[in-house]
Amino acid sequence: MNKTVNPKNLTPADDSGPLYAARKKVYPQSVNGTFRRIKWGLMAFCLGVYYLLPFVRWNRGIGAPSQAVLIDLPNSRFYFFFIELWPQEVYYFTGLLIVAAVALFLMNSVGGRIWCGYLCPQTVWTDLFYAVERLVEGDRRERMRKDKSAGALTLKRVSEIVLKHATWLMIAWWTGGAWVLYFSDAPTLVKNLVTFQAPMVAYAWIGILTATTYVLAGFMREQVCTYMCPWPRIQAALTDEWALNVTYRYDRGEKRTSVKKAAELRALAQQVGDCVDCYQCVAVCPTGIDIRNGPQLECIQCGLCIDACDNVMTKIGRPKRLIGYDNDINIQRRQDGKAPIYRIVRARTVVYSAIIAAVGGIMLYTLATRSLLDINVLHDRNPVAVELSDGSIRNAYTVRLLNKSGYDRIVAIDADGPVNLIIHVVGVDSVTPDRPMIVVPRDSTSELRLLVTAPAENNPEKSIPVHFHLTDIGLGVVASTTDHFVAP
Amino acid sequence: MTDHHSDIDSVSGKSTTGHEWDGIKELNTPLPRWWVITFYLTIVWAIAYWVVYPAWPLISSNTTGMFGYSSRADVAVELANLEKIRGGKMAALGAASLADIEKDPALLALARAKGKTVFGDNCAPCHGSGAAGAKGFPNLNDDDWLWGGTLDQIMQTIQFGARSGHAKTHEGQMLAFGRDGVLKPDEIVTVANYVRSLSSLSTRNGFDAAKGEKIFAENCVACHGDGGKGNQEVGAPNLTDKIWLYGSDEATLIETISQGRSGVMPAWEGRLDPATIKAMAVYVHSLGGGK
Ligand code: SF4
Ligand code: SF4
Repeated sequence: MNKTVNPKNLTPADDSGPLYAARKKVYPQSVNGTFRRIKWGLMAFCLGVYYLLPFVRWNRGIGAPSQAVLIDLPNSRFYFFFIELWPQEVYYFTGLLIVAAVALFLMNSVGGRIWCGYLCPQTVWTDLFYAVERLVEGDRRERMRKDKSAGALTLKRVSEIVLKHATWLMIAWWTGGAWVLYFSDAPTLVKNLVTFQAPMVAYAWIGILTATTYVLAGFMREQVCTYMCPWPRIQAALTDEWALNVTYRYDRGEKRTSVKKAAELRALAQQVGDCVDCYQCVAVCPTGIDIRNGPQLECIQCGLCIDACDNVMTKIGRPKRLIGYDNDINIQRRQDGKAPIYRIVRARTVVYSAIIAAVGGIMLYTLATRSLLDINVLHDRNPVAVELSDGSIRNAYTVRLLNKSGYDRIVAIDADGPVNLIIHVVGVDSVTPDRPMIVVPRDSTSELRLLVTAPAENNPEKSIPVHFHLTDIGLGVVASTTDHFVAP
Repeated sequence: MTDHHSDIDSVSGKSTTGHEWDGIKELNTPLPRWWVITFYLTIVWAIAYWVVYPAWPLISSNTTGMFGYSSRADVAVELANLEKIRGGKMAALGAASLADIEKDPALLALARAKGKTVFGDNCAPCHGSGAAGAKGFPNLNDDDWLWGGTLDQIMQTIQFGARSGHAKTHEGQMLAFGRDGVLKPDEIVTVANYVRSLSSLSTRNGFDAAKGEKIFAENCVACHGDGGKGNQEVGAPNLTDKIWLYGSDEATLIETISQGRSGVMPAWEGRLDPATIKAMAVYVHSLGGGK
């Protein structure tokens, strides 16, 4: 039987070319199929989220921003639906980055560069730009012909080119426009943008992102993935033999020949493969490679070649998935006459999932239980302690009270330590002796100067711990912190 | 070596530069066009930069560039803008009374912030950056005040100074009882020990307290008051408390009594505007010792 094919007999990837070669323009052909549909769906989803999210409203009460997702740089706040983050909580972003990185690893260990093929902004926008190009200039053959006869600049051709670039620029411009909407109230900013009253920095960012989108998605395209992006290099170290990659199943036989020839050879019971060498898989590939040469750095795993080949196989009545998501182990197993096995649950994926669950869990837990009232205390260093005329000792502290809730709070400050301590907040006359009360407006911090005095009769020796308690008079919520009281 | 450009490398079939080192020849591979274009663009950019921005040094100045751009002028504009933004707040500070400033959290925060920077620029050389003072320079964090520690008194001292020469300055001298021959050396030792006893510090063996009290009553009470409680009218310190501007050990006291003391605090009126002086008074008062 014609079962075993030595991979060494396959055409090897051609890497003997010059170190520097001019780019060969890629003209990907349109294709229909499962993966194309998945890609359209994900593209619509990603772009929809990106462009529309700034307009989603979220009611946070009067005076607070009502934009669901808002990065409020002037006030150092980040709003995400029901979450409001303060600058001292940036570690949530660290957590988010860890989750994102490990999720990328997990995707990679399950299905190779899924990120690259379906979700990466470079892929999504390039795909969109290709769609526009196809709509205006026609499919692969037409575009190739038009580019070749560049001399024939008829009115129709010129208007096509203008239309294409104008549409690209509009998309690019709106991409930059959507970006700045995340940093300011979106409807207001849109109004200010069109009436030229938005801040300069907004226009600058729109300009920058318009230019990058236009250049990266319109001109650089697959070159970004091949030459600029570090991920293809890194992911090679993260993948393993179980990861599903877009694979040409050479176990389905060689040699490649025409349908007619193949039928003849089969009739003679001779060795022949399913591939009819129609080059459809190459024609549709957005990075311009031939997947039949095996795994390649350029392949972004978009699956379009699978669709292309499936269409061919259907037409010639052979089983589909001559190209498919698979791994080398299974090719070997099929050649050995064994059933393929797929293992999604393996040590690697379990560990990645566990890390994601753990970090995500910790983040959710701390988010749910974090205190909306907090006190930070900074001991004065200069001078550390002061002796008063009656011999008592005084330490001064800079106290910062944080009220992260949406309502004003009246709070009382107490200090306790091993000796009797008298406290006073500068500018506050205590009604209750020794228990200064302060109003902390909602969603803000108050900085106070706090004086702590140890009476002469119970002067501490050197350094004693002091506990500061902040009590919400209305709700009884308490926040505490510990510092030191020092004698000179 | 032959003509540079007709030298063809036999392996790659490309022309070489014709240079040869130890039998190794360099292929004549042109730089990528985008690279060359970028390079020329940087040159154009550099020339444009020379023309547009102030660049060429002349003997005493420099070329001003096409649009007269100057970073100094930019800073001046920004400072003016800042002044405009802050002007209102500082005006509010200037209009409010000292007591009101301490009651209003926003004004207090502004006064403390402003006072702190101005203190750092003007007062820190003597009083220290944290106002902890030094020998001869009062600690402004404690509650002992030579000239009074209420908001108004502090502001007055900042405005007019002490022994500063200003018409309204605080006056008052610690006389040089030894140098001027008013007291004999042994009397000085006795009164020094007496002063130490006022704040319960140890005294010399065999010191005559009655004699000390007598000398004190005759010479010191006029300024330091009965029992040495001090007098802020003349800046005479309280000698019964724990705080000593020049030191409380016997040697220092003997030096103080025999040589006298007259530390100078400059007047800040005229050098700082009224609102700033007010801010500084509030800042000093809020350090903790203010009355
Ligand atoms: S080889 Fe196939 S999966 Fe890879 S980039 Fe090309 S079309 Fe996409
Ligand atoms: S599309 Fe399928 S049949 Fe056609 S060349 Fe590619 S692998 Fe072969």
